[in-house]
Amino acid sequence: MLRTAVRVSRLCRGPARLGSPFSAAAASSAIPAPNPRPDIACNKIFINNEWHDAVSKKTFPSINPATGEVICQVAEGDKADVDKAVKAAKAAFQLGSPWRRMDASHRGKLLNRLADLIERDRAYLAALETLDNGKPYSISYLVDLDMVVKCLRYFAGWSDKFHGKTIPLDGDFFCYTRHEPVGVCGQIIPWNFPLLMQAWKLGPALATGNVVVMKVAEQTPLSALYVANLIKEAGFPPGVVNIIPGYGPTAGAAISSHMDVDKVAFTGSTEVGHLIQKAAAESNLKRVTLELGGKSPNIIMSDADMDWAVDQAHFALFFNQGQCCCAGSRTYVQEDIYHEFVERSVEKAKSRVVGNPFDFKTEQGPQVDEEQFKKILGYISTGKREGAKLLCGGNPAADRGYFIQPTVFGDVQDNMTIAREEIFGPVMQILKFKTIEEVIERANDSKYGLAAAVFTKDLDKANYVSHGLRAGTVWINCYDVFGAQAPFGGYKASGNGRELGEYGLEAYVEVKNVTIKIPQKNS
Amino acid sequence: MKKQGSDSNPAPVLPALPEPLKDLKIKYTKIFINNEWHDSVSGKKFEVFNPANEEKICEVEEGDKADVDKAVKAARKAFELGSPWRTMDASERGRLLNKLADLVERDRLILATMEAIDGGKLFSTAYLMDLGACIKTLHYCAGWADKIHGRTVPMDGNFFTFTRHEPIGVCGQIIPWNFPLVMFIWKIAPALCCGNTVVVKPAEQTPLTALYMGSLIKEAGFPPGVVNIVPGFGPTAGAAISHHMDVDKVAFTGSTEVGKLIKEAAGKSNLKRVTLELGGKSPNIIFADADLDTAVEFAHVGLFYHQGQCCIAGSRIFVQEPIYDEFVRRSIERAKNYTLGNPLLPGVQQGPQIDKEQFQKILELIESGKKEGAKLECGGGPWGDKGYFIQPTVFSDVTDDMRIAKEEIFGPVQQIMKFKTIDEVIKRANNTTYGLAAAVFTKDIDKALTFAAALQAGTVWVNCYSAMSAQCPFGGFKMSGNGREMGEYGLHEYTEVKTVTIKIPQKNS
Repeated sequence: MLRTAVRVSRLCRGPARLGSPFSAAAASSAIPAPNPRPDIACNKIFINNEWHDAVSKKTFPSINPATGEVICQVAEGDKADVDKAVKAAKAAFQLGSPWRRMDASHRGKLLNRLADLIERDRAYLAALETLDNGKPYSISYLVDLDMVVKCLRYFAGWSDKFHGKTIPLDGDFFCYTRHEPVGVCGQIIPWNFPLLMQAWKLGPALATGNVVVMKVAEQTPLSALYVANLIKEAGFPPGVVNIIPGYGPTAGAAISSHMDVDKVAFTGSTEVGHLIQKAAAESNLKRVTLELGGKSPNIIMSDADMDWAVDQAHFALFFNQGQCCCAGSRTYVQEDIYHEFVERSVEKAKSRVVGNPFDFKTEQGPQVDEEQFKKILGYISTGKREGAKLLCGGNPAADRGYFIQPTVFGDVQDNMTIAREEIFGPVMQILKFKTIEEVIERANDSKYGLAAAVFTKDLDKANYVSHGLRAGTVWINCYDVFGAQAPFGGYKASGNGRELGEYGLEAYVEVKNVTIKIPQKNS
Repeated sequence: MKKQGSDSNPAPVLPALPEPLKDLKIKYTKIFINNEWHDSVSGKKFEVFNPANEEKICEVEEGDKADVDKAVKAARKAFELGSPWRTMDASERGRLLNKLADLVERDRLILATMEAIDGGKLFSTAYLMDLGACIKTLHYCAGWADKIHGRTVPMDGNFFTFTRHEPIGVCGQIIPWNFPLVMFIWKIAPALCCGNTVVVKPAEQTPLTALYMGSLIKEAGFPPGVVNIVPGFGPTAGAAISHHMDVDKVAFTGSTEVGKLIKEAAGKSNLKRVTLELGGKSPNIIFADADLDTAVEFAHVGLFYHQGQCCIAGSRIFVQEPIYDEFVRRSIERAKNYTLGNPLLPGVQQGPQIDKEQFQKILELIESGKKEGAKLECGGGPWGDKGYFIQPTVFSDVTDDMRIAKEEIFGPVQQIMKFKTIDEVIKRANNTTYGLAAAVFTKDIDKALTFAAALQAGTVWVNCYSAMSAQCPFGGFKMSGNGREMGEYGLHEYTEVKTVTIKIPQKNS
């Protein structure tokens, strides 16, 4: 169907070019051949460690974005199912329950066991992720699954290390804090990294002892539902994790406005983030963390290593079909290297291999669904209309499935729609700048503040720019470097709170201060 | 070390107890350097005995200064800038430690049997408690590997300042014979999770499980030279480590007497960092309002656990006057009710002391107790006709000036004293050169918290004793030691903090 033929290779070379921490894994790991038609075992609602049909009996289709064909039907969760799940979660969180009485270190052991099981089924899960989401199988296997396992192991380690404090309170008192779990956590996750976002959400929530009602994206419910099975196998008590496939306006809204949900964590669009925060305010003031959109600046100074900067700027935008909230979608290039940079970026985009995501040489698969596909094509025509210079791509890349050609725009101005709005597709915007002060101001002139990067060999510039950028993550001479150890989240309309790292635990605990009268204080 | 978690804990706390291995083979008796097995440079070996029957188990290579030099060289090499160990991701160090925990779990029966034969430890205790603690400690420290955070610091001026928590370098670690494997893990796990390299000297009485660990460390995939194990004696191999000019830190667990020598050696040589976990004479205070059954049981186990050979042993039991007689009566009953014998056999509750030296020292202290006027309520002599067994012994009417109330006995000998008031018992409890652990039994919240603050000890237990786990720091006030092991605190002892300050063009908050 596409430019690629089916070819099974034992070794994937693609991700080695990513240039990020993934390359080490790519160089040394052999990837098992994919099964492009993995059996679908889990397509229902997971509550209390059991599988349920939707109360309404409704189902919805999950679609293979590479072909537009239906993979299978999935139970469609709605308010009634969310109610059931919240009840189960609440029961699992009762004082005296097995989950509440469990040693913190044992919660860690269960999370490590879950990581072991995911590692065992890594090839299957990678294939399922590719089938449902469209991302290249080599990436699913080497990048997504690797990060999932590492994330769970990282938070496993935290479970018995997130310390409360004893506090030198004035007066004859003994005072200490307990870091208690928040309770029932609603977690609504997106379709761009289905398994990884599940791990990012579950890891900190479970390490700190919460119970979870998770809604997975309607575009990509399958891998997360399979993990539900592994959660049961790992030995988590019933009701600790409940997973509901369904839509945002129904199941998602039911979670965010639920009176018995203590916290909601959402990753997705800024538009929906507003709705979630509003729903929390109008219901029970549940705690809210949001990881939303971005329009992240990537600043290339003229003294940067050109090869590396071109490589990384390409990766920063095109990775995962451009479907990354942190995509480097405003590439600011200093005047004196602008033309060469643009030329080389176009060359690189033109050579990007688009095609069957199960093929090992494919670098770019389809967009996740028809809606996104159309939205991106719409942005491309807006870009042309507003006067940006289309340098390559700009069209669908196949006659079926949701493939889009790697697209590069030059001469982009800050006021153009494609320089202000999140495109979430393989469309690169290159802008020109002259001075540091100018580029910092322009880079920060956005409602978003998720990520940013600067490429330079100059220590002063690196420090000055990185401290001046209004973004939750700043990369220097690299891009998209993620690890479970490093916190991630947005300034401004890119979100509230942080995920990952020790900071990521804070969103999942209530701090309880306990003060006891004592007869006499002594230091 | 006695109880893990609460009784109603849903986690499967203890596995089923298998029978000890009948045909245990001792495969590893050499010096472990660079992931390889070496004979001693001198060609010397020493004998290792089973304290339950005084029979020789095997001979082990006897490490001395020349072997320590070899080991330090290997450890130094493994620590060079750019080495596989230094360039490894912190999370990968954690993964290796988790792998090591899995291997210990796989070989749990071998290790527990070996520990029982070599250390005279009850097999059931070795299998359930010691090995359980080892596995959990490895997992715990594995989790820390990539969570040891430096800081960025809001320094005055146009500077960007951050700290790096770097490994110290080559760590010498000298461990005792009472918990050979647990102490081995307590030492290597925090050192390795912080990225150090180590030269470990296990006790000459109990080198076998540590040497077996050498094989597992290699199997887990630690690079050569990261862990080196030199069996040998204190005055030779131990002194070589503590005097070594190329050892950056020494950690020692053992007697206060030797602890002083270690610190002195560090002072005389290269000012290496020193942590010490030494002796104790820990007070255990029982108020009249305590739950008597609980108090008697914890006081008993707090002293008699592992033949009394615990640095934390609750060896000064202060009982409030109104319940004194009853407490003594019940404690005697509990101590009399004991089966001594071969620690491998089911039903045996007390094994032998570690060696003849300890055996004689304990008997000598018992004699002094009798001579100084304490009332011997039960026990008081050796048991059986071979092996280093001592009858569970209880002294009442002990006064603070008696030797048995001041010196560490390290044997199954319980001292019970009487007290009247809170102020009195605080003073008496603290009137010691030691400060390792202490406990108080009371139902009264004010008393409990008063004692939690007033006792000069690194660990205070309230209504429990010997409750230890990898999450909690452990170490001594006063002459019970320097520094802390375990918990996040334990990691500080294995890192150097480096402050990096970079001039920047302009500061912005």
